[in-house]
Amino acid sequence: MTALDEPTLARLRTERLERVWAERSGLLGWLTTTNHKRIGLMFFFTALAFFLAGGVEALLIRTQLIGPNEHVLSPQAYNEAFTLHGVTMIFLFVVPISIGAFGNYLLPLMIGARDLAFPRLNAFSYWVYLAAGLFVYTGLAIGQAPDTGWFSYVPLASKQYSPGAGVDFYALGLIFTGVSSTATAINLIVTTFKLRAPGMSLNRMPLFCYAFLAVSFALLFALPPLTVATMLLELDRRLGFEFYDVTGGGLPLLWQHLFWIFGHPEVYIIILPAFGIATSIIPTFTRRRMVAFPLVAVAEILVAFIGFGVWVHHMFAVGLPTITTIYFAAASLVIVIPSGIQLFAWITTILTGTPIFKTPLLWILGFIVLFIVGGLSGIMFAAIPFDQQATDSYFVVAHFHYVIFGAAVFPILGGIYYWFPKVTGRMYHERWGQASFWLTFAGTMVTFFPMHVAGLEGMPRRVYTYASGAGWSGLNLTETLGAYLLAAGLLTMTVNLVASAFRGALAPDDPWHGDTLEWATTSPPPAYNFAVIPTVTSAYPLWDDADRVADRRRLARGEMVLAGGHEQPASTTLDAELDEILEMPSESPWPLFAALALAGVFVMLLTGHVAIALGFGAVAVALLACWHVWEPEGAA
Amino acid sequence: MPRRRHRAGLLAVAACALVAGGCGRDQSVLHPESEPAREIATLFWWMLGISAVVIGGALVLLLLGWLRREQPGIPLLGGAERLTTGVVIVFGIVIPLTVNVGVFVVANFVVAQATDAPNPRTTPLTVAVVGHQWFWEVRYPGTSGAVTANELHIPAGTRVNVVATSDDVIHSFWVPQLNRKIDMIPGRTNRVLLESDHVGRYRGQCAEFCGLQHAHMRFSVTVEPPARFRAWLAEQARDRMPPRNAGARLGEGVFLDAGCASCHTIRGTTGRGEIGPDLTHVGSRDTLAALTIPNTPPELASWIRDPQHIKPGNRMPALALTGAQRAALVAYLEGLR
Repeated sequence: MTALDEPTLARLRTERLERVWAERSGLLGWLTTTNHKRIGLMFFFTALAFFLAGGVEALLIRTQLIGPNEHVLSPQAYNEAFTLHGVTMIFLFVVPISIGAFGNYLLPLMIGARDLAFPRLNAFSYWVYLAAGLFVYTGLAIGQAPDTGWFSYVPLASKQYSPGAGVDFYALGLIFTGVSSTATAINLIVTTFKLRAPGMSLNRMPLFCYAFLAVSFALLFALPPLTVATMLLELDRRLGFEFYDVTGGGLPLLWQHLFWIFGHPEVYIIILPAFGIATSIIPTFTRRRMVAFPLVAVAEILVAFIGFGVWVHHMFAVGLPTITTIYFAAASLVIVIPSGIQLFAWITTILTGTPIFKTPLLWILGFIVLFIVGGLSGIMFAAIPFDQQATDSYFVVAHFHYVIFGAAVFPILGGIYYWFPKVTGRMYHERWGQASFWLTFAGTMVTFFPMHVAGLEGMPRRVYTYASGAGWSGLNLTETLGAYLLAAGLLTMTVNLVASAFRGALAPDDPWHGDTLEWATTSPPPAYNFAVIPTVTSAYPLWDDADRVADRRRLARGEMVLAGGHEQPASTTLDAELDEILEMPSESPWPLFAALALAGVFVMLLTGHVAIALGFGAVAVALLACWHVWEPEGAA
Repeated sequence: MPRRRHRAGLLAVAACALVAGGCGRDQSVLHPESEPAREIATLFWWMLGISAVVIGGALVLLLLGWLRREQPGIPLLGGAERLTTGVVIVFGIVIPLTVNVGVFVVANFVVAQATDAPNPRTTPLTVAVVGHQWFWEVRYPGTSGAVTANELHIPAGTRVNVVATSDDVIHSFWVPQLNRKIDMIPGRTNRVLLESDHVGRYRGQCAEFCGLQHAHMRFSVTVEPPARFRAWLAEQARDRMPPRNAGARLGEGVFLDAGCASCHTIRGTTGRGEIGPDLTHVGSRDTLAALTIPNTPPELASWIRDPQHIKPGNRMPALALTGAQRAALVAYLEGLR
C-alpha cells in the first residue's frame, strides 16, 4: 500500500464516491432523483416559470391601468389576473424558490452535509409542488380561474357569489401546495438540527441557516390555519355547511381570522429567506464578519415568532373593538425591533468592512433601501386611524410590493448572481449584471413609488379601471411605464445568465472569497457535495485556512470520507458532535408516484368524486409503503 | 325656476368631477375637508417626516459605504465589535422603539379618539348605508322613510352617525376627504363618523373588493347648509310625484308593467322591488349606476337600452322595450324629482 502517494489516494477515494453517489442519467434520472441539488434546480426552474406567468399577469394588469377606461382586459379577466398574480407570486414563486430552490440547494452545502435528511420526501415535495401549480393553472386553462383575490374573502368566495369552479381551484390548490411546503419545512428543520458537519455547533451555524430554520418552523405552524380555512370553505361550497354563512349562524370574519393567522406569518416566511441571503452576501463582499452575529440570529427567530401575533392588523377596518385593535397595533410595532437590529447590522457591516460593490452586493444595497421604504410605510399601518384610511388603497399595494418585491425578491435575484458560479461552474457577466440591477431597481421605484400617492389620492386597490376625472391618470401611466422598465431589467438579467451559463468564464471553487462551506467544494458541486465531511471551528469556516488544509489531508488519509455507501454523519443537535453514520436512501420513483396519487385526490375532490378521491388517498398511502420497503438493489 | 338652474349648475359640476373633467382631489386623503380627516392627514405628514429622516440617514450611511468602496473599514469602528454592536442596539432598537411608542400613543389614543365612530345617542342624525353589488342604498331612519342611492346628503357642521351594513358580500365605505373607512360586513353593524363644516361634494368609493364591478361602486357625500339639507330630506321622504300628463302616465305604466318594478321601488306606486336602487326621486340625482354616468336623459336612455354595456355584470337586464316606451320611461324617471 505504501506505493500509492497522497494525491493518488485522494483521487481513488473521490472516484469511489462518484460511483457510489452516481444517479441514473437522462430524463429518468431527473424523474427519480433524490439529490438535493437536482431537486433544488427543478424547484428553481419551475418557480421561474411561475414567476414568468405571474409577471405576465402583472404586465397585463399594469397595461389595463395605463390610462382611464382602458379595455385591454375585461373586468372578469382583470379580476382573474390580479388573483392569479397574487396566488402565483406568493405560493408558486417566492416560497418555492426560497425554500425549495435556495434552501434545498444551499442549506446542505452550508452545513457540510451530503443531502437533506429525507431525500425522498424532498423529491415528493417537488412533485407535489409541480402538480399543485399545474392544478391551479388548469383552472385558467379551462376558463375557471379564481377571481376573488389572493385572500378570497367570504361571502364573495361562497358558492352563492362565486358559483364557478375558480374558487375551488384556489382552495384545493392552496391545500395542495401546503403539503409540499410542510414536507420541505420538516426536511429543512431535521437537516439543520441533525446533519451539521462536526464542530458546527448552533452558535457557529451560518445566519443563512438560522433564517431558513426560522422560516421552516413558521411554515409548519402557519400552514394549518390556512388548510383549515380552505377546508371549511370547501365544505361550505360543496356540502352546504355554513361556517362562513351568516344566514346559517356562520361568521364571514372567521375566514379573515384564519386566513391572516396564516397570512401574516407568511409575510415573514417570504421575507426571512431574503434576510438569510443578505447575511450571506454582505460578509463576503465586505470582507468582514457580520456585526452583532448573535443579535441577528436571535432577530431572525424573533421575526418568525412575533409574526404569529399580529394578524389582526390586516383587519383594522372590519369594526373590531378598540381594545383588540390597539393590542395588535402594539404587537405589530414590536416587529420593528428585530427588523431594526438586522438593518443596522447590515449597514454597520458594510460601513466597517471593505465593501466591494459587485452585482450581488448591489442587489443587497437595493434591498436595504427598498426594505427601509417598505418597512416605514408598514409601520404607518400600526397607526390605526391612518391604517383605516390607507388600507385597501394603492398605498397598501405600494407597501407590500416594496416588502415582497423589494425586500424579498431583490435578495433572491442577488443570490442568483452570488451562487451562479457555484451552481453552473461559470461566471456571469459583471457589467451586464450591474446594468440589470440598476434597470430593475429604477423600474421598481418608478412602478411602486407612485402607488403610495395614488392610494393617498383615494384610489382603491383591485379596481379594473378608473374615471379620467379621478386625478390618477398620470400616476398610473408612470407606474405602467415603470413596470415595463422593471421587466426590461429582469430580461437583461435572464439574457446575461443564460448566455453566461453556456459561454461564461469557468468559475473557480471560491470566486468571491466567501465565508461558508459551499465554497469549499467544486463548482458545480459533485453529487456527494464534499469528498471529506468538513470539520468546523468557527462561524466563518472558509476563512479558517488551517481547517481546510486539514480537510484535504483527511481525504488522503481516508478520514471522514465515508464512501462505503450513501453515508452521511449525523451530529448532536446543539454542539454538533459526531453521533452516528447514517445510510441515506437512494434515487426512487415512488415519490413521483405518490405525488401523482395525491394529485388524483385533489382532481377528484375538485370534480366532486369524493369516493374516488378516497381511493386515490389509499393508493397514495400504499405508495408510501412501497417507498419505505422497496430499495433498489445495491443499497444497504 | 331658480331651483332648476341651481340643479343644472350642480349637474355641470358633477359631470366635471365625476365623469369627464379633471377636477381630481375630491377623493384625496391629503386634502381633508373635515376635522377627523385633517387629524389623520396631519398624523400622516408627521409619520412621513420621521420616515424621511430615517430614509435620509440610511441613504447617507449607504452612500458613505459606496464612497469608501474597496477601502478598509472606518478605523474607529473597524475592529471594535462592542462598539458596532452598540451602534446596532442604539439605532436598531432604542431609537426606533422610542419614536414608535410616541407615534403609537398619539395615533392610537389621540387621533383615534378624534376620528372614532360616534356614540349614536350624541349624534343628531343617523344615516344607514347598505352595500349592494354594486350600489349604495342610503336610508334616513326616522324621517318617514327617505331612501335614496349612491348620493348621500348630510348637513354641514353636524355629527352624523353612519351605520354601515351589507346586503350581500363585504364592501367598504370610504370617503377619504371626510374620515377613515369602515367595512360593511354581512351580519355586522359597523359605524363611522361623518362630519364636515365645508359645504361641498366629496367622492367615496368601495374599498373592499366585492366582485366584478368593484371599480364602479362609487358614491358621493354632499355636505350642504342645514336648511337646504332639511328641504332635500323632506323632498326625499315624500312619495313620488303622481304623473301629471299622459306621457308620464305612460312612463309609469311601462315601469310597472315591463318588469322594472320587480327590482325597483317607486314609493307611491305598486312597484316595490328591492333588488335595485329606490327610484322614487331618481330624477333628483346627478348620476346613475353608482356614479358611473351622469344622470341625463340620453345617458339614462342608453343605460336602459343596454345596462350591460357600461357596467358589465350588474344585475339589471336589458328589457324588450320599444323606442316609444323607453322614451316615455326616461321622461317619467327624469321627472321624479
